[in-house]
Formats: sequence, structure tokens, C-alpha cells
Amino acid sequence: MPLTYALYPGCAAKGATPELYQSTMAIIGRLGITVRELTASSCCGAGVVGEAEPDVALALNARTFAQAEQLGLDVMTICGTCQGVMGAANKRLKADRGLLERINRLLERDGPVYRGTIQVKHLLWIVVREVGLHRLGQEVRVPLNDLRIAPFYGCYILRPSWDLGFDDPENPTSLEKVIRAVKGEPVAYAGRTKCCGFPIILEQEAMAVAMAGNNMQDAKDRGADCMVTPCPLCHMSLDIYQDRAGQAVNTQLNLPILHLPQLLGLAMGIPAKDLGVSRHLVPLDAITRVTEPLRLHRQTSQGAATHESH
Amino acid sequence: MRLTFLLQRFNPETDAHPHVEPYRLDIGRGLTVLDALLRIKQEQDGTLALRYSCRSAICGSCAMQINGAEKLACRTSVRKELERHGHIAVAPLPNFPVIKDLVVDMAAFWDKVRAVTPWLAVSVRATPGQEIRPLTLPRDRYQFHNVDACIMCGACVGACTSHEVSRQFLGPAALAKAERFLADPREPADAKRTRLRFLEQPHGIWDCTRCNLCVEVCPKDVQPMEAIIRLRRAAIEAGLTQSGGARHLTGFLALIRREGRLNEALMPLLVVGLHLRRLLHIAPLGMRMLLHGKVPSPWAPPIPGIAQVRAIFSALGRLTRIG
Repeated sequence: MPLTYALYPGCAAKGATPELYQSTMAIIGRLGITVRELTASSCCGAGVVGEAEPDVALALNARTFAQAEQLGLDVMTICGTCQGVMGAANKRLKADRGLLERINRLLERDGPVYRGTIQVKHLLWIVVREVGLHRLGQEVRVPLNDLRIAPFYGCYILRPSWDLGFDDPENPTSLEKVIRAVKGEPVAYAGRTKCCGFPIILEQEAMAVAMAGNNMQDAKDRGADCMVTPCPLCHMSLDIYQDRAGQAVNTQLNLPILHLPQLLGLAMGIPAKDLGVSRHLVPLDAITRVTEPLRLHRQTSQGAATHESH
Repeated sequence: MRLTFLLQRFNPETDAHPHVEPYRLDIGRGLTVLDALLRIKQEQDGTLALRYSCRSAICGSCAMQINGAEKLACRTSVRKELERHGHIAVAPLPNFPVIKDLVVDMAAFWDKVRAVTPWLAVSVRATPGQEIRPLTLPRDRYQFHNVDACIMCGACVGACTSHEVSRQFLGPAALAKAERFLADPREPADAKRTRLRFLEQPHGIWDCTRCNLCVEVCPKDVQPMEAIIRLRRAAIEAGLTQSGGARHLTGFLALIRREGRLNEALMPLLVVGLHLRRLLHIAPLGMRMLLHGKVPSPWAPPIPGIAQVRAIFSALGRLTRIG
């Protein structure tokens, strides 16, 4: 039975990290997930709108939830920050009926109201809990045996844990489970639950890149060949700013940063170019040098096998 | 049950660097990490230095890093830690200079608390002929959230990711303390404004990344980050909108109100403004992003149903000066 969700792409996947959207679309079918995209949804507020205007942020999210509710579907997020903000907003809206009614009086003027019936789930959670690691393992065509992969969770998908309720914020395991399911080796390092610095990167760049640099250095010291993150904002900090992060810790990092669906896609044997890897500022050559020959070898041997059977 | 405790040791008189020493201890039920540390000290190694007093999560002395998270040793169960992590590793609070073993130097912490004027800035001395107005809190307006529950243990500062890269950052505990007085209705408006002017300076409220670690580790549910957010809101309401952080916030709000979504082509320009040197600093990254197809069109149309988004801002927005 297919798992169907209302896809909330978020701003980053439609903006500065289009490869996240591309790779998500490339892999979900293989996992039995179908989506209907919420094309009229707004920004979730990313925690920023809520800083100044908490009620506005809640109302913007109620508007998005109402759109999903009309489709009769739970929301799938592909951004750790969206997940954190929307998950907390949904919890708040469901708990505070008075607030929800006040917001609904606004929404009903030109759109559906939110009745508080849907759930918001990140792709990572859906893969672990609903698709299942066994099923994911069955889809692996290119086992990532030779890669030591550092999980980088990002703040919003972990904290505050009482609003999220999925992973243990001190000792999360979902990314590690996924890495093992695609036969990679997860790297244990303290930075995996820390901050990428992105929220202050435009105005306090020195601090932000030092955070990103410390965490990447930490992962490299523990032998990481690459890093994977479920949050595109972390990706921007770790990939786009990696040169400057390296300067902050006096080293050349050269650490490829994968979006979660890119990791899954590479293991599924999807060509790297179809996962948007050329859009990264830090090239993925070190990874694709391992995965592409395996993929091509598998394709040719499979082709030969098909040929023989004819 | 026999268990190994991995304790970080450091004696500045003899050690060049901190090192980890294992201690084996027979433990029964209901033991806290502090109980275990005290037994190690009494039964095995009297040189182990740690700070503690009340043993019941009131005094805030025994904050340390237990299995990578900042906690009060006295209210941390050995058994639960074991279930959660499979081992027990104890280190001093990060982001503080270590005096010896698990004892850290809190001097800078207290300096920062003092720096935020942690008292009511009001004059109670009446001028001749003027009656002294009693400074009592209105009963129905108790609005310190939970900030005055803080026991100054330093767990939040130990966990703070901004503090890790900038020792000058005032930090979650001191900023939360400042917010408690800002929220106090007995303090006059001009004193509050002075407060906010100080707090919006570099190393103040805008250095927080909202990583939520302070909220997660606080043993008293103070939620320091939420207090920092309330301070930010107050700063903007007071018209202090020129700092980088404030520009980020107001620019973000204006973009969402106008477009419905964030546009990464416009956001940096709103934060940096017409500041040539800073624009030149971000320009090379912008160029590389452009070459890799990472810059969305600055002329992208607003989302469908933008009128509804704008109506939400108009009806529920409190900051009239924005957007």
C-alpha cells in the first residue's frame, strides 16, 4: 500500500538547495511513497517569524495544515527546520483550541480552516518508522560499504525534544540507522547534535563558520569521508560556507555534504547527476568515485543477465 | 552491579592536558551520579575534585557534563544514563576554564550576570512633597515566565553553541536574568530602554543561534532561549532595529509578508544593506552559488494565495513598523 503525503517542500528546497527537491523526487517512488505537493503553502517562519510575531507564525502554519487536511493527508517535510517549527506549531494549535478558533476565523475568509487532524513528519522519520529500514535495505543497489558517513542532525529536528518526540536529543539514532541500512559506516562524533551556525551566518559570519568548522573538523578527525544532513539550512552552512569554515579552523576540509535523499539515492543506484550533486559547492567526486563504478558495473552485469535470459 | 565510570581528570599543577581515568564501582538501585562520584572520592581516590552542596537540585553547584550533556549530577540517575547511553562518562562543564577535575571557574559567568544589571533599576527615593508609590507587582500580571526559577548552575552556558565559539557572548543565563527585569512592570520605560540598548550590542541578544540546547539542558525549565527571543522582540518594539540580527528579523518578516516564502537572492541584501565592504565580502559566495544554480530568481512571483498571508500579518501582527 503506498504511503501518501502532502509534500511541504519549504523555501530552501525551492530556492538555494534545489538539489534537495530533485533528489527527494528521485527516491520517494522507490520507497513506496507518493506525494501531492502543497504548492500554495507559505514559509513555515523558520523560527524567525515566530521570534517577532508568534501568532502570525502559528497562523501561517495553520494555513498550510488546512491545505493538507483538505487533501486528507499528513504533511511530509524534507527540512529539519521546517519539521521543528511546524511540529511545534501543530502541537500548539491542537492544544490551544481558543487560539485555533481565532486563527480559523481569519482563514475561513478565503480558504479552508484547520480542524487539527493532521500530523507533520520529516522524511527521515517516515523512512525509519513507516517505510522501514528493512524495506530501505531491499532497495540498496550500491552498498556504501567503503564510506564512513558522519550524521549531522541539526538543532530543529532534535530540540526541544518534548515538541518533537522522535529521537533522543542526547543520543539520536535515526540517521545512524539509515546509514547502516545503506551499508555505510556511521561516524560517532560530538558535533552531530550541535549547531551549524546558519541562523546567524549573514550577520555573525565569524561565529557561524567557526561552529560549522568545528563540527566538520570533529567529524573528519573521527574519519568521516562525507557528512549527511536532514536539514537544507545546515547544508547551506556546511557546503556553501565550507571554505570559510575551513579557514576558521585552519584547515582545508574537503568534506562532501549530502542531503538525506541524496544518500539514499546513491545507495539505490540512481545516477549522481539525477540527484543534483553538481549543485554542491564542495564537489562530491570522492563519493561518486566510489559509487558510480559500482552502479555502472551493476547495470552492465544486470544488462548481461537480462540478455542471457532472452 | 559493577560499573566503570569514565571521569575526566585534570590537575593544573601536574598535568599538561585533561585525561580520562576509569573507576570501577559496585552500584545498587537509586544511585545518582553525584552519589557515585562521592563514593569514588571516599572509597577510591580522595584527590578527585568536584563541587557540590545541597544534593537535591537546589543549589546548582554540581552541574557537569554527563555523557555529553550538561546536567546536575545530583538529579541524574546512574541507571537512566546507562539505559540511555550504555556507559557513564563525566567531564567538567564545557565553555568554562577548569580549575581541577570537575571544578570549573565561574568567575566569567558571574561577571556576565553582573553586567546585565540583575536588579530593578528604579528609584524609590521620593522628591520632597511627592508620595512614595508602593512598588508592588499587580497580582494578575505575573509575567516572569519561569526565568526566576534559575539556580545559576551554568548548565546552559556549558551547552551553549554560540559560547563555544565566542567567549564574549553574554550567554543564556545572564540574558535570561536580564529578561526577568525587563519583564518587571515596576521598572520604568527609560530604564528598560537603557537595558535593551546595552543588550542589543555585539555579544548580546543577537549572538544566539536558537539551537535550543540551553532549553533542553536547563534543570529548572527556565527556557533561556525563549527569554532571549522575548528580549529580541522587545528590542525591535523599542525601535532598536539597526543591528545585523534585527535587520535579519525585520527583513525576513517583510519578505514573507510580501512573497509568502523566503528568497535567498534577496535575504542577504536585506540583512547587509547598502554596506559596500560587507556586500563585497558576501559577493564571492553569491557568485559561486549563482554558477551552481543555487540562486533563486529575485523576481519570482509571490505564492498563490498571498492575500491570505498578508491578511494574517495585518490581523495578528503586533509590530506595526515592520513590512
